[in-house]
Order: sequence, then C-alpha cells, then structure tokens
Amino acid sequence: MRDTHRLMGFISRGFKGRRRDTASSSRLPPGQYLVNDFPVLSAGPTPRANLDQWTFSIEGEIDEPKRWTWKELLALPSDTVTKDIHCVTKWSKFDTTWKGVSVATLLEGVETGAEYVTVFCDGGYTTNLPLEDIMDGKAWVAYEFDGQPLHPEHGGPARLLVPHLYFWKSAKWVRGIRLENEQHPGFWESNGYHLYGDPWREQRYWGD
Amino acid sequence: MQTSEMKLDGNAIAGLLGEIFAVEMTSAQGTCASCGAVNEVGRVDVYIHAPGTVVRCPDCEQVLMRIVRGRGRYWLDLTGVRCLELAED
Ligand SMILES: [Zn+2]
Repeated sequence: MRDTHRLMGFISRGFKGRRRDTASSSRLPPGQYLVNDFPVLSAGPTPRANLDQWTFSIEGEIDEPKRWTWKELLALPSDTVTKDIHCVTKWSKFDTTWKGVSVATLLEGVETGAEYVTVFCDGGYTTNLPLEDIMDGKAWVAYEFDGQPLHPEHGGPARLLVPHLYFWKSAKWVRGIRLENEQHPGFWESNGYHLYGDPWREQRYWGD
Repeated sequence: MQTSEMKLDGNAIAGLLGEIFAVEMTSAQGTCASCGAVNEVGRVDVYIHAPGTVVRCPDCEQVLMRIVRGRGRYWLDLTGVRCLELAED
C-alpha cells in the first residue's frame, strides 16, 4: 500500500513536470525563441495619422464598398483577446492582449466571390491573405495593446492582428481590405517571403 | 525605440551589398524610379529592423530596394531604382 502510494506520487510528479515542459514547447513554433519585450519592426518611416480623416475601407470585389470613420470603428462591437504572436525574424511573445473589431464584424452582410484579400496601409505596405484566414474570429483590426491606445511604432492608430500567421501579416497602420479573386503577393511576399506564412509549418521563405 | 533610431544610412548595408555585388556599392549613384532624384547609395535611407532590408529614397521615401536573405539565397528587388551608376574597379 505504502509502496503503491509512493509509486503514484513519483508518477504524478514526473507527469506534471513533463506536462509543463510540453506546454511551453508546444506553444513555441519551430525555430522561434521567446521574448518578454516587444521588438519594433519597421520597413519605413512611422506614419502619423490624422484621426479626423482616417477611414477603414473594404473594397474590391464587393457591390457596395464599405467605409468607417475612426469614430464609427470605435463604436462597433469590440473584442479583447489574448494571443501568442510569432515574428518571422524568430521572436515569439506569449499572452499579448489586444482590443479591436473582429474582421468578421466588418465583413457582416458582405457578399463576395473573392477568395483572397490584400490588406493595405498608410506608408504603402501591403500583405496578402486568403479571405478565410481573416474570417470567423481569426483576425481583428486592433486599436489597443495592453489596455492602452496602440502606439504608432506598433502600428497605431490601428493594425491588423492575425495571430495564427507570422506577424508580418498583422499589418501596421492598416487602412483597409481589398477583396480579390486572385492572390496578389504583398510587400514581403513578392520578394522572398512565403505567400501564406504559417509559423507551425515554418513557412518563412519561397519554397518552404 | 525612436523612429529616428530605426532609420540608418546606406553605409549600414555596405556589407550586405558587398556580399551580392562585385563592385563597391556605397559610392554607386542610384536614380529613384518614383521622383528621379539621384543619390549615392551611401546616403539613402535604410531600415534593417524588418523581415528584410528596405532601402528608401531620402527625397520621396519611396522604396528603392528590398533585400531578403534566407535559406542560403538572396531576393533582391530593384524596381524602385531606375538606373544604377557604378564605377569600374
Ligand atoms: Zn525618390
């Protein structure tokens, strides 16, 4: 009886230890390392938006393009989500908290035959995604990070958040979504980076 | 990090360009395809804290070059440079 008890204790301690290891390694995609800070990545000068003139648009393969002002965007139902993010430059950050409008909310009632989107931004940045990857609570137009308005260096006033793909898809300074019938490679996707960018399959470059 | 700290000049990519080109590149003259300004490569705006290196025209901020290195390859987009004038060695 005592032996059995000791054996059980040993097993359960061992099991717990292993589970903890698996839990953290299973949250880190292959080739990534964990950071606690939030590195700033930038392909150009930081645009300073005038919120009185700022709009968010859905255009392209849509009968009536949609457009929201900054005030209208803030008035839409919002989500607060906590997600792990993974940058293709190999850092990952766990439990980042964002507030924003789900892209599904913006696409409500939209009829389109498009299967792809190009996300466009102040400063000229673009990134391409399959439409289904920004539907159903998989993507947000985020305007708060950690309970604060999103800082311009992290993409404020608003950035796309698509946490299940490499973070270059989470375009900073986002201004809209163009619905498209064909896939048009974006800023990085047209110059060596993977068209889709799944961190769990390590889709960093062309040919991965 | 301040925005000003993120912008470097063309000398920051002397090593990277040296891996790709056989001639000295920082003294090469590049013509911007957007605004026509001619700038020495050593004097252009360079952003390296990004998935790749982005080189921009100091006059109009348009992209001159994008350089991505990975998997033992380089991808080099020069569509923003209408002409590159290089000195013979
Ligand atoms: Zn120019």
